[in-house]
Amino acid sequence: MSIQETESLIIAEFENFEDWLEKYNYLIEMGKDLPMIDPKFKTKSNLITGCQSSVWLHAEYKNGLVFFSADSDAVITKGIVNLLIRVLSGQTTDAILNAELDFVNSIGLKEHLSPTRSNGLVSMIKQMKLYALAFKTKYETPQTTSENHG
Amino acid sequence: MRRFFLKAFLFKILCVEFNINKIRTEFPVLLREVYNKPIVYLDNAATTQKPKVVIDRLRDYYETENSNIHRGVHFMSQEATSAFEHARENVRAFINASSPSEIIFTKGTTESINLVARSFGKAFLRKGDEVVISMMEHHSNIVPWQMVCEDYGATLKVAEIRPSGEINLESLKSLLSDKTKMVAITHVSNALGTVNPVNEIVQLAHSYGAYVLIDGAQAVAHHQVDVQDMNCDFYCFSGHKMYGPMGIGVLYGKERLLDQMPPYQGGGEMISQVTFKKTTYNNLPFKFEAGTPNVAGVLGLEKAIGFLVNLGLKNISTYENQLLDYATKKIGDIDALTIFGKSKQKSGIVSFNLKGIHPFDAGTIIDKFGIAVRTGHLCTQPLIQFYNIPGFIRASFAVYNNKDEVDKLCVAIVKARDMLL
Repeated sequence: MSIQETESLIIAEFENFEDWLEKYNYLIEMGKDLPMIDPKFKTKSNLITGCQSSVWLHAEYKNGLVFFSADSDAVITKGIVNLLIRVLSGQTTDAILNAELDFVNSIGLKEHLSPTRSNGLVSMIKQMKLYALAFKTKYETPQTTSENHG
Repeated sequence: MRRFFLKAFLFKILCVEFNINKIRTEFPVLLREVYNKPIVYLDNAATTQKPKVVIDRLRDYYETENSNIHRGVHFMSQEATSAFEHARENVRAFINASSPSEIIFTKGTTESINLVARSFGKAFLRKGDEVVISMMEHHSNIVPWQMVCEDYGATLKVAEIRPSGEINLESLKSLLSDKTKMVAITHVSNALGTVNPVNEIVQLAHSYGAYVLIDGAQAVAHHQVDVQDMNCDFYCFSGHKMYGPMGIGVLYGKERLLDQMPPYQGGGEMISQVTFKKTTYNNLPFKFEAGTPNVAGVLGLEKAIGFLVNLGLKNISTYENQLLDYATKKIGDIDALTIFGKSKQKSGIVSFNLKGIHPFDAGTIIDKFGIAVRTGHLCTQPLIQFYNIPGFIRASFAVYNNKDEVDKLCVAIVKARDMLL
């Protein structure tokens, strides 16, 4: 499924909610349910510290696709982290780098991605894109082979 | 039970005497709605709202009086200068300093503390000296001292607190010696509401020959402050936490100490004579006020002081204490909730957590009810490490808050708990 398709699906899911209570209940349920990261990846180097809540993010590159797993100490943050992972995980590096993530506005959660919210999510998206860029550079850019002049 | 009724009765009398509804009409922002609900503003320890007299003063100044002060011979400059110096005199009277020379205008408490740390540090701190703070300090009364201790090879020592949130005076005493040059401590804790026994601390520190700085940011809008009675050497506070404008604050310092301290910043206003070889500095308080000051801010602050004085600090304290008692009981009765800060002497702050719930999550839900509370480390990271929690949820009260708002907060807390547990 492409990024746009997943985004549309999430927007449709959120259209069913009548008020903020239902929306947040859904986010909380998603946040509670998912073991989203292998505990061995909950390391200090994978920690993105926000002023309010923190996020752990791990990325792997397999067969040309990037897979993310993550966790947060706050359940609402975790619910939103889950949405971001649904959209970006399993995509190509280019798709991740070009993703605009407009769905966050459409489902009325824009405030959570404001830099002033300091819940680690803005840094998390930045970090996801940085991983994509790093994998692209490492695995997808044609390597210049050094010629043997010997 | 009888005591409770008596308290409730007294509270009612105070409300009438105080006319909370009238006070509320003086704050235009309280009319606004958030998420289609009337705002319940309980983030007063971060900043208080502004009464109309303060807002009008700022507008009037810019509409009819704006002019740069001191040094001007023209009419408006002289008018603005006298208004500015008149305000300084009112600040002096407000905290009962002995002279207006002891009142330095700054950007806020943070700048006041930094000024003292830098200038006092340069004049008094030597290698091997010690500065004592407490575990409940705001970052702004920790970091400036860390920086200056590093510069002069001094050591920062931290007095412990008790789990109730009270200062451990034994611990403080054990840290004092003839090496102690400065004891910097908060009057009221921004996270726990603890009112520290500052008079006793000043006396204790002085008996070791140490000077004392009191961070009064959370105190001046709620308690009568008399710096001569307290006998502290420095007292710092901000305008915006006492119904005044942002960007204006005060440093009180004893004249003989300020005289011995070098200037904090160089520039206009703070000089007596400038040549490329040598500059001599202006007298107090101007020596510490480089550059064009925040004139409008000072005039707004003067109006905020007028607002407080008219209501009467004693009346304010009594009313806020009653509200605090009501809130502590009502919030404390909620299941799975723990209150942090149970000091006997306490100001209008209730910090708490819900068991198993991250404060950010609870704060997010409480916000949706149109209630402004603060969550997180509250600029007191060592304190949340002490309690071993990810942060606090803090409701902090001002003179315009009422029981109805506390009730609304409690409804929101219960809803947040039920959704998140």
